Amino acid sequence: MITAEQKPLQEILGYIAPYEKILVVGCNECVTVCAAGGRKEVGLLSSAIRLNSAKAGKKIEVLEHTLERQCDPEYVDQLAELAGQVDAVVSLACGCGIQTVASQYPIPVFPGVNTKFMGASESQGIWAERCMGCGDCMLGITGGICPIARCSKSIMNGPCGGSVNGKCEISPDVDCAWQLIWDRLVELGLQDRYEELVAAKDWRPAGGGGPRKIIREDLASSKIITEDNA
Amino acid sequence: MDNFEPEIVAFCCHYCGYTAADMAGTRRISYPSNVKIIRVPCTGKVDAIHLMKALEKGADGVYIAACLEGDCHFKDGNLRAVAHVEKIKKTLEDLGWEPERVAMMNFSAAMGQQFAQAAEEFTEKIKALGPSPASQATSKAV
Ligand code: SF4
Ligand code: SF4
Repeated sequence: MITAEQKPLQEILGYIAPYEKILVVGCNECVTVCAAGGRKEVGLLSSAIRLNSAKAGKKIEVLEHTLERQCDPEYVDQLAELAGQVDAVVSLACGCGIQTVASQYPIPVFPGVNTKFMGASESQGIWAERCMGCGDCMLGITGGICPIARCSKSIMNGPCGGSVNGKCEISPDVDCAWQLIWDRLVELGLQDRYEELVAAKDWRPAGGGGPRKIIREDLASSKIITEDNA
Repeated sequence: MDNFEPEIVAFCCHYCGYTAADMAGTRRISYPSNVKIIRVPCTGKVDAIHLMKALEKGADGVYIAACLEGDCHFKDGNLRAVAHVEKIKKTLEDLGWEPERVAMMNFSAAMGQQFAQAAEEFTEKIKALGPSPASQATSKAV
């Protein structure tokens, strides 16, 4: 999933300082799971904004709403009535959700979270980066461990000389991804695979070729394909 | 400010905090009527938002009275509660509020005397801090 963390309160308060009526919008998907921007966090942030205005002796009205998903225009359409009543929006969705809201309403939309990475939960309250969306997944030849997201240098044929006792040279708290890959290949009896050199990676599908887009012709209506994307 | 009577909300767990308050009553040990008790099944049920809402609605101080550490009837509800209290203290600090307006306390069911004493001390502390910005905003206080 996409992980995020709430921005420092003062930064958010700074964004909304000029406004008197704002809407805080959450998302029920990834940011709910990583406790950064779901219904609960919308309530907490809204409450904090109200406490702040009490302290500052300023009047501010805060509306709260959480959408099923904030990165789909169909769901974001549901904000029409609320967005019409406020001066600005604080979105607690990931960067994709924030941009979808911003693209649909002609009022300022501010980020309430810092979107971090695509990760998985290691245990309650701990998420770790697992994928960088390189567009050409290598997990099939690396024993299911990603060398792009989990090796500090994203090297294709590791480990580098900095691998010590299974740890990466950047920190004793970081596992060396290539040690993990080797251990896993041994576990699977696939050590032979390690002998094959992996060619230099083509980074164009990873974003090196400009902003990426997926067009599924079987799903997108022909009208949309020809008018918007052709 | 001398005649300021704070509104204080105490979330008390059914098994210990509330029973300790009850014990104080049974033993006729009085504690300030400023403290309004909300009984909860377990303080693990008290979320950060409940603390924030109490402050938002004008409480001058809020605390959670849970079982002693290691004695929670639901294993670790009181540890969850203390994490929420810490989180809200941090939020208050960020907002320039006094973090001492929120507190965590632990009692066994038999600690009626200590419950009353802690209620007294907390009330005095909040009196010294004065009305919270939100209670001033709702112009409830003196
Ligand atoms: S190889 Fe690429 S697609 Fe596969 S997990 Fe790593 S970054 Fe993600
Ligand atoms: S020590 Fe391992 S994880 Fe760290 S940069 Fe070298 S190969 Fe990558």
